[in-house]
Formats: sequence, structure tokens, C-alpha cells
Amino acid sequence: MRDLKKDYFEDIQLFSNRVQVFWAILLVALLFSMPFLVKTYYLTVINLMAVNAIVALGLNLLVGNTGQISLGHAGFVAIGAYVTVMLLNHDVPFALALISSGAMAALFGIMLGIPSLKLEGPYLAIATLAFGLAVTIIIGRMDFLGGRMGLTVPKINLSWTGLKYDISLYYLILVLTLVCTIVTRNILKSRIGRSFQAIRDSDIAASAIGVDITKYKLYSFGISALFAGVAGSLWALYLGFINPTLFTFILSINFLAIIVLGGLGFVTGSIMGAVVMTYLNIRLEDVVDIPFVGPALLRFSEAFMMPTGISNISWVLTGLILILVVLFEPLGLYGIWLRIRIYWKKWPF
Amino acid sequence: MLLQLIVSSLVIGSIYALMALAMSITYKASEIPNFAQGEMAMISTFVTFVLLNAFGFSFLPALIVTVIFSFILGVFLEFAFLRRAKNPTPLSYIVITIGFQLMLYGLAGWKWGSDQRQIDLPFSESRVLFQNDSVAITELNLATIIIAVAVLIFIYVLIQKTRLGLAMKACQQNVRAARFNGIPADRILAISFGISSVVGATAGILVAPVITLDPSMMWDPLLKGFAAAVLGGMKSLYGVVIGGFMLGLVENIFGFYISIEFKSVVAFAIIVIVLYFKPSGLFARHYVRKV
Repeated sequence: MRDLKKDYFEDIQLFSNRVQVFWAILLVALLFSMPFLVKTYYLTVINLMAVNAIVALGLNLLVGNTGQISLGHAGFVAIGAYVTVMLLNHDVPFALALISSGAMAALFGIMLGIPSLKLEGPYLAIATLAFGLAVTIIIGRMDFLGGRMGLTVPKINLSWTGLKYDISLYYLILVLTLVCTIVTRNILKSRIGRSFQAIRDSDIAASAIGVDITKYKLYSFGISALFAGVAGSLWALYLGFINPTLFTFILSINFLAIIVLGGLGFVTGSIMGAVVMTYLNIRLEDVVDIPFVGPALLRFSEAFMMPTGISNISWVLTGLILILVVLFEPLGLYGIWLRIRIYWKKWPF
Repeated sequence: MLLQLIVSSLVIGSIYALMALAMSITYKASEIPNFAQGEMAMISTFVTFVLLNAFGFSFLPALIVTVIFSFILGVFLEFAFLRRAKNPTPLSYIVITIGFQLMLYGLAGWKWGSDQRQIDLPFSESRVLFQNDSVAITELNLATIIIAVAVLIFIYVLIQKTRLGLAMKACQQNVRAARFNGIPADRILAISFGISSVVGATAGILVAPVITLDPSMMWDPLLKGFAAAVLGGMKSLYGVVIGGFMLGLVENIFGFYISIEFKSVVAFAIIVIVLYFKPSGLFARHYVRKV
């Protein structure tokens, strides 16, 4: 049996064999050569996927691995974005702004985590949801945060790379996404990650064998919020403009949809979900342009619905995806991938 | 002025109480928090609107058709989606109801667009029934309170005094024991979803003249109703109704005396604080899970 692990080191190492190393290097090389292969528009699409992937990694740590639901992650993203913009406006260097965004979001995450320690199920859902809504309402009333009108994000100084701004921004986001992925993966393989999973599977059993539930739940909230804060900071740079209406309840739901579609509790799942869901959302914004399906839908909406409301199809599809994944493929895209891989590994049998 | 505040708190409180009750019925029966409640109410309200305007129904027949429609919608959610979940966790139920919510929201936006519409009920907001220098009560205010109280009493009688209510309570306490005693637990659960959908639809129709009719009209009432239910303790029927009225009162008093802008925030802040000290809400008994 090749899959049997013989020692601890084998469990925690990043790649289990040479084939995986080869594919990983190929993927990273492909991502790094993207700016020279495709048009700038596609780079912005990849940027959006990467930013969503960072949030999804953090959220998956909280929801998939620790089993605590959060419907307010848009709030942490908003905090990250606003901290970055405010600091950049005061001529703070970007590296510092990024770190402060993450730290501020993590602080709020722990603050939300403390009252949430005793809560579970719907009580936790409503507490996090309330937090997400409160953040956007409060930001909308603060005049020095731009109120409802929002703020313009200053461009950061990336000229030392010697590349165009778009391309350097792409590399910045890409590198940070890779770092976040590896960090998440290492957290999961460490003592902290195993404690998270113990809490998810049974908190009573976990505390019986000596896992400090309070500490690890707060860790989970903190790390998850930190990732969201970092993603918010990058999102602000990518958009160039932020206002409170960007960070709605719907955005939180979208993050949840990403991890449910990708696969709860898997690092690969978060990334797969972010890529597919972002692509779907962008594609469905102008659903009429999709060949065959688009015109048919347009004719259908002229007959029965309102043609102007056709963009609402993306909500219907997101909802349908959420339901179908939970009913038929609880491990999401990662589960499908896992099944295909096992099928080929054991092929003739 | 205080009197006027109390009247408007009672009106908005009865909407919150209805939404909270709708939430509580299904949560008691199955431990499923139904996030689609608001959108189900919104679709039902649109059905009333279409029947009144496009088909020329008068109010009472339109209401009856709406009640039947919303009952079927609730049963459909349980029968088509929730019952089919394999090895469900609390999270997967939350995800299914959120998915259903998004679907209904998208379908409503697709069918009716995001225009804001006006629904004409036989009781209007502009006709004032009673007025002196401190308080004015409109026809709609009075109708809202009366209908809400009637629905609350109806649900109370249904659950406390009928065989159906007895079966529902049995399923809540122990599904397996209920099945052994010959209660069709699946059917009872589907009926609970139908009833809760009807209660939600009542709230939707009553609130539609105040806030204009559009696909996102029920977001705020849903969240407030959910919050009220959590405040009162999801599993206590009295608790959630009292929670609804309390939330309405606190919100209005805070909005009038301190700051109208942070009215919604204070409601949620109170809930987080209450949950910190009483994790199962104010009126429900807190059970500590044992091995």
C-alpha cells in the first residue's frame, strides 16, 4: 500500500510524491507566465478569483474545519478594505497597510468570537449575520470613511518591479494567494488544525481529551477573519473604489456558496470553488451573450418573465447549485475530483 | 408622543412577532432555521398582488388563494429539498434554505423586476380612524394589530388544542418515539412548514403597504423576525412573540430618543448582548448537551 503513512513527517510534508511536485511547479509556472500569454482583462478575472480564494480559504477553516457557521464574512472583508484605504490615504506604505488590515480584521474576529463561544447553529448564524450588517451600516454613516459615497483607492507604488501596474498588481495578489494557501494547508496539518477538526466532529469529546475549546475556537475566528481582512485589502486595490454597498449580506452568501461548491473542509476545494463560482458569476452577468442558452433564455423571459430582469438568473443558479451540492455531492467539486482520481488509481478493478 | 411611539411599536412589533413565530414553528419541529421564510412571504405577497391587479380578484378570494399557495410552497420546500438531504448536519440545512431563498429571490426579480410597486389592500394607511393631539391610529395600523393577534391566537389554539398540534409536539420531542406511536412524522413536518409559510405570508401582506413591494422587501422583516425569535428563545412560542414586540418597542424608542440612523444596529447589538448572557434566548430553557 503506497498510501499508508509510516511516520509523522510523511503526514505533514507539503507534497507526498514527485508527481505532485511536478504538477505544482507546472501550475505555478503557468500562473506566473499568464501576463505574457493573455490579455489584461483576463488578469483581472484571475485577480478576482484569487481574492475570492483567499476569503474562501479562511472561511473554510472556520466553517468546514471548525464547524462554526459565519454569515458575516463580508464584514471582515469590509474592515480590511477600509483600513487599507485609510492608511494608504495617510501615506503609510502598502506592506504595513496590508498587515494592519489583517490584524484589525482578526481583532474584530476575536471580538465577535468571544460572545459566539456559547452559541451554535442558528444562534451563531444570526450573531455573525448581525455583525456583517452592522459593519456596513456603521461604515455608511461615518463621514470620514466616505459614508455612502465611498472612497477612491490610491494607487500603490509598484514601480520598483519595473513592470506595468496591472501586471505587478497581478503578481502581488498571486504571491499572497499562494502564501495563504500554503499557510492554511500547514495550519490544517498542525496541532491547531487537528484541534479544529476535533471540535467540529464533537466538541464534548475534544474537550475530554484536552483540547482547549475556547482557545481554538477563537483561533479559528481570528485566522478566518485575518484572511478576510487581507483579501479585503487586495480587493480594494483591485477595484480602485470602495463603498459600503459592496459588502452586503449577498456577498457573505456568495463566499459561503464558494466553499460549499468547492468542498467543505478542503484547501483544494476552496480554490476550486472560488475559480468556478467567480467564473460563473462573471459569465452570468451578461447571460444573453452565451451561445444557444442565452437567446433561448431571452425568448423564454419575453414569453413568461421580464427580459430586463434576466440577470437575476445568476441568483437562481447560485441557489440551485447550493441545494444540489448539499443534496447530491456533500463534498462538492473536491469530492467529484476525489472520486475520479480513485477510479483511475484502481482502474481495472 | 410616547403614546404614538407605543402604537407604532405595536404595529411593527406584530410584523416581527409573526415572522418570529413562523421561524419558531419550523425550528421547534425540526431544528431547521428557515432562511427562505422571508422570500417565501415575498412571493406569496406578489401572488396576492397579481391576483388583485392582473386577475381582478376581490380581496377575500385573493387572500384564500394566497394562503393555499403559501402552504403548498412551504410543503414543497420540505418535501423537495429538506427531506432529501442525506446525513444532514445543521449546516447543510442552513445552506439548503439559503439556496432556496436565493432561488426565490432570483425568480421574483426575473418575473417582476426590481420596480417598486404599490399594493392596494381594503384597509389603507391614509384613512385615520382616531386622532387627538398625541396619537393617530390609521386603518392599516388597527388592521395589522388585529390580524396579527388573530393569527397568533389561531396558532396557539392549533398547537395546544388540536390533534395535529399534539402530533407536532410529539415529533418535536422525539421523532422516533412519535413514529412508534403511529404518527406520520414526515407528513407532520411538511405540514409545519406549510403553516409557518402561511404565517410568514400574513406578515408579508400586512407589511407590503408600508414598505413598497419589491423582491428585497422582506429582508429587513426577516432579519428582525429572526432576531426577535432568537431574543425570545427559538423554541418558546410565547417567547418569540414577546421578543417580536420587545424588539419593535426598543427599536422605536431608541430611534426616537437617541438616533434614527443606528436603529437597526441597536437591535442586533441587543441580541448579541442577550445571547452572551442567555445563550438560548430570554424565555427558553437552556439545555446543556450531555454525552
